[in-house]
Amino acid sequence: MIPASFEYFSPRTVPEAVNLLVRYGQEAKLLAGGHSLVPLMKLRLAAPRYVVDLNRIDGLSYIREADGFLRLGALTRHAEIETSELMRGRYPLLADAARVISDPLVRNMGTIGGSLAHADPAGDWGAAMLAAGAEIVATGPGGTRTIPVEEFFEGTFVTALRPDEILTEIRLPQAGRGQGGAYLKLERKVGDFAIAAVGVALALDGDGACRRVGIGLCNVGSTSLRAEKAARLLTGQKPDDATVARAAAAAAAECDPASDLRGPAEYKRDVVRVLTARAVRLAAQRARGGA
Amino acid sequence: MGTRISVTVNGTVREADVEPRLLLVHFIREILGMTGTHIGCDTTNCGACTVLLDGRAVKSCTIFAVQADGRAVMTVEGLARDGQLHPLQEAFHQQHGLQCGFCTPGMMMAAYAFLQRTPNPTEEQIRWGISGNLCRCTGYVNIVAAIKDAAEKLRASPARAGGRG
Amino acid sequence: MAEAHGMGHAVKRKEDARFIRGKGTYIDDLKLPGMLYLDIVRSPYAHARITAIRTEKALAMPGVLAVITGRDLDKYGLAWMPTLMSDRQMVLPIDTVLYQAQEVAAVLATERYLAADGAAAVEVDYEPLPVVVDPKKALRSDAPVLRADREQKTNHIWHWEVGDRTATAQAFAQADVTVAQDLYIPRIHVSSIETCGCVAQWDAVEGKLTLWMTTQAPHAIRTVVALVAGHLGLAEHKIRVISPDIGGGFGGKVPVYPGYVLAVAASVLTGKPVKWIEDRMENIQADSFARDYHITAELAAKRDGTLTALRFKTIADHGAFDAAANPSKFPAGLFSICTGSYDFRSAFVEVDGVYTNKPPGGIAYRCSFRVTEASYTIERMVDIMAHQLGMDPAEFRLRNFIRPEAFPYKSALGWTYDSGNYHAALKKAMEMVGYAALRKEQVEKRRSGELMGIGISSFTEIVGAGPSHTFDILGLKMFDSAEIRVHPTGKAVARFGTKSQGQGHETTYAQIIAHELGIPEDDIVVEEGDTDTAPYGLGTYASRSTPVAAAAGAVAARKIRDKAKKIAAHLLEASEQDLEWERGKFFVRGSPQRAKTIQEIAFAAYTNHPQGLEAGLEAVAYYDPPNLTFPFGSYICVADIDKGTGEVKIRRFVAVDDCGNIINPMIVEGQIHGGLTMGLAPALYEEITYDEDGNIRGGSFMDYLLPTSMETPRWETAKTVTPSPHHPLGAKGVGESATVGAPAAIANAVIDALWHLGVRHIDIPITPWKVWRTLREHGVSE
Repeated sequence: MIPASFEYFSPRTVPEAVNLLVRYGQEAKLLAGGHSLVPLMKLRLAAPRYVVDLNRIDGLSYIREADGFLRLGALTRHAEIETSELMRGRYPLLADAARVISDPLVRNMGTIGGSLAHADPAGDWGAAMLAAGAEIVATGPGGTRTIPVEEFFEGTFVTALRPDEILTEIRLPQAGRGQGGAYLKLERKVGDFAIAAVGVALALDGDGACRRVGIGLCNVGSTSLRAEKAARLLTGQKPDDATVARAAAAAAAECDPASDLRGPAEYKRDVVRVLTARAVRLAAQRARGGA
Repeated sequence: MGTRISVTVNGTVREADVEPRLLLVHFIREILGMTGTHIGCDTTNCGACTVLLDGRAVKSCTIFAVQADGRAVMTVEGLARDGQLHPLQEAFHQQHGLQCGFCTPGMMMAAYAFLQRTPNPTEEQIRWGISGNLCRCTGYVNIVAAIKDAAEKLRASPARAGGRG
Repeated sequence: MAEAHGMGHAVKRKEDARFIRGKGTYIDDLKLPGMLYLDIVRSPYAHARITAIRTEKALAMPGVLAVITGRDLDKYGLAWMPTLMSDRQMVLPIDTVLYQAQEVAAVLATERYLAADGAAAVEVDYEPLPVVVDPKKALRSDAPVLRADREQKTNHIWHWEVGDRTATAQAFAQADVTVAQDLYIPRIHVSSIETCGCVAQWDAVEGKLTLWMTTQAPHAIRTVVALVAGHLGLAEHKIRVISPDIGGGFGGKVPVYPGYVLAVAASVLTGKPVKWIEDRMENIQADSFARDYHITAELAAKRDGTLTALRFKTIADHGAFDAAANPSKFPAGLFSICTGSYDFRSAFVEVDGVYTNKPPGGIAYRCSFRVTEASYTIERMVDIMAHQLGMDPAEFRLRNFIRPEAFPYKSALGWTYDSGNYHAALKKAMEMVGYAALRKEQVEKRRSGELMGIGISSFTEIVGAGPSHTFDILGLKMFDSAEIRVHPTGKAVARFGTKSQGQGHETTYAQIIAHELGIPEDDIVVEEGDTDTAPYGLGTYASRSTPVAAAAGAVAARKIRDKAKKIAAHLLEASEQDLEWERGKFFVRGSPQRAKTIQEIAFAAYTNHPQGLEAGLEAVAYYDPPNLTFPFGSYICVADIDKGTGEVKIRRFVAVDDCGNIINPMIVEGQIHGGLTMGLAPALYEEITYDEDGNIRGGSFMDYLLPTSMETPRWETAKTVTPSPHHPLGAKGVGESATVGAPAAIANAVIDALWHLGVRHIDIPITPWKVWRTLREHGVSE
């Protein structure tokens, strides 16, 4: 319940924060929302010597469409994304995902950047961003660089971020016509991590065939996963029952869940199958202008 | 090894030297002696520690006091104004929305923030709004009734809305 | 002018005033000058020898004053303590730990955070020993004997049986139909939102111990402390136990945990106040659990659906020490209520208690002394029998209920039920839920492959322990008490031997006094929990406050009224026989204007009392109930099952409860809402299990799943009223009824939805993956 002692820094700018990472390296942890880090510290499963609080840096919290992208500042709270009219209207996949992260109080503090950088395979943003085909913008001592989200998750709690880099922005292509998305999560109760969750982003062309499909899977592997085969099976096809069923089966085969208190692996696999089918149908319905 | 912090709590500036690792809930309870905010778990699940931080309902057991430096905190002690109970407090009493009272401060603070965003909620929305707060005694039915009742009272008399936060 | 409302009124709660302002006084709110903090080092192993405890690092840390080990306690004869079940339990081990999270050492420091640092710095070496977590394996002759301290070298603790074994065997042999089912009711944990803790303050000058404690039974604690620590100079007249505001009890705050004893010892050692308050994980992992019953259940019936016999055999997993706080003659609590609401000609029940490498306990979860286990079992079995016979489960129950004319009814297992009308309750529930229409809907849904179920639970509760001829805890008889004193200005103070942890006694007890004496509730202060002032009582648990202590309150109030009549007669210059009572006043029959209010009488008790009568206006009553009371009810749950995910969605839940005459309907309804939620939780969400090495699974709120407002349905409640014929107020008590009755209603709904597929039973908690697995095994999927 009581964390170990640490030294605390509260930089005012990103370069200041980066310099602290350069100086203290692996002994420093970044504090954004803190609702992954602080619980670990309270159980003394994490005991960093230095904590760098990012919350006093202005200009890292925003939701805006600009230059053909939807841009989300890393310190944007889950609750802000959940309640954003822009998100609900134009990015239903992200609005759905924001809504089911933990509980309303945690969502007031947790940030999208912190969540992605933490890279818990049970984190909902990982699967959602994989489905959305996002890019991660990282800022380090040498400046910024862009990492496609497909290359971002390297292992459980391990990302492509270098120890002296801070995730500062997430961006994805601005929503266009005929696009839809959905994020469905099965959890044991509200506030829990997913038994399994599936995010789907797709666009339908004039004939009703899927133009661009992204499917992300949550908590069914050692990292957030993309169901690439499933997405390919849908691309160019109309999402009729048979096609959707094939894609859903493919998604189930592409994941690698562990048996744990949330259920045996074969259960989670089948939940992926069921949720993928439901999410694809819902995304398609939204792409057509319904739901 | 103290860090000087200055936190506006229920409208009053409070200053203290604290360790960085001091949890906000302990700052409130132990340093400020305001024991209305409670601790019910150690894994950020139960919400008994809910306070408002710059107007947002948060779990004060998962925030360091140093993070609140220069910010405003509102606790259950800040709900009543000049001795007059806030409509939420009245409603919890009238609707029997509490039994042992331990989850109640956190529940009311979560409800306070929720009603500011959603002043005319359905029952479904209320249940969603308090889904981060556990209660073992009431089965939530009367808590939901209390929040609905408070929402009506607040819509009827908006002047009673603000506590000190 | 304040009004005296009395029984049956939804008086708003007096205790709310402090809670809604955040001004309650819970244990962790207490801060005494010079107070020290105690933190506990716990074993990661379920069974191990302790080969070394190194304290140097801890003692070198800032603020750490002492590290207490089992060997230290042993010098004072405190390493072991008695349990409430006449077993004994380690306070701290001398050389062997018996369950994961068991207390191993205690660190005393000047500040909370420093105590935590100190505890993290204590180093303990363990030599793991073979672990036994399965009670059936524990009973085998090759199992390691866990309790070397016991004379009998076995993991078998006790055998208990009741009923007629032979007659029951005959009935089964002759039956047309029998059903048998193994049921496992897993371990769960009460998890009141406030954990357990205490502040112990030893005053060396006075030789007095003041112990603020999360306890539901302060007097019993005081006596136990005096007996256990008497040899250290603690005497009962110099021990004061104060139970302040308690954030939920539900039975979890009845046992004596090592932390309390350690805090007392530390305070005596240092002469300073010592606070111990546990974290949630400590609370879940080491404090009193509930359930963990392995049951083989059988019912026998005639072809026409008449139940004839019942036979239950249970293995009770008690963990490493038998610390369940049952009445002493009942190691399996009141499990023998398991004939339930039905008229069984013969029945036989046997229970065997077993030690395993798990924490001790057994009855802390609003269970009414194992009545949850009993009720769940009979209601599941009745449903299995009904379905087996192809009979509607409601019709089957109506056919087999004890008839209203049969009360008081003596069950085949020895209980005399005071009153009941099971038919009325079930019929009311059926009407409320629209039973006939639902069954029609179910037929249609089945045709289209949708899964919908209706589950019934018609339970009989047994509360109010209990009559002195049968009940005691550690020899202390289970009466309870009330002491009422009326002041000259007509206000009153009343103290009781019970202790509310949210049940609203400050209001309900005031209502009883208002009812009997006509003093407004606002003019009555009710106090509980301070052993220096409250009369001796056995505390609040197992729904006993209304049946026993409220009765004591009524009896004491009536004694006061008897004396008030004498004073009134004196004031009115009339004879007592000519006086009538109308709540709040005595008047002369035929001349109602010649009256004296209770307030006037109270004043006279101190200023103008009749000669030959003592001054003052007060009374004490110690109430020994003549019998238990038997609340009952019928619950109906409607559930829909998601074939894809296995999720069980409760569409409706109707609860009809009968707790006799009601003191405060608002409070009763609140108790039912809460109880239903604590019945929902074990039915679908909560369980604690252990792996082969005794590691707990579900040891924090991350995995121990308390329902939120989203999982909890909107409970629909109603009542019937069948007063208790022997209770002074006709009241029965209700605190645990809903926790007793609800799980079977939910489980029955799920099985009812799946029966046509060939499914008979799924053990609770009925999690989505269990349902999914059952569906797939029976060829159903989305």
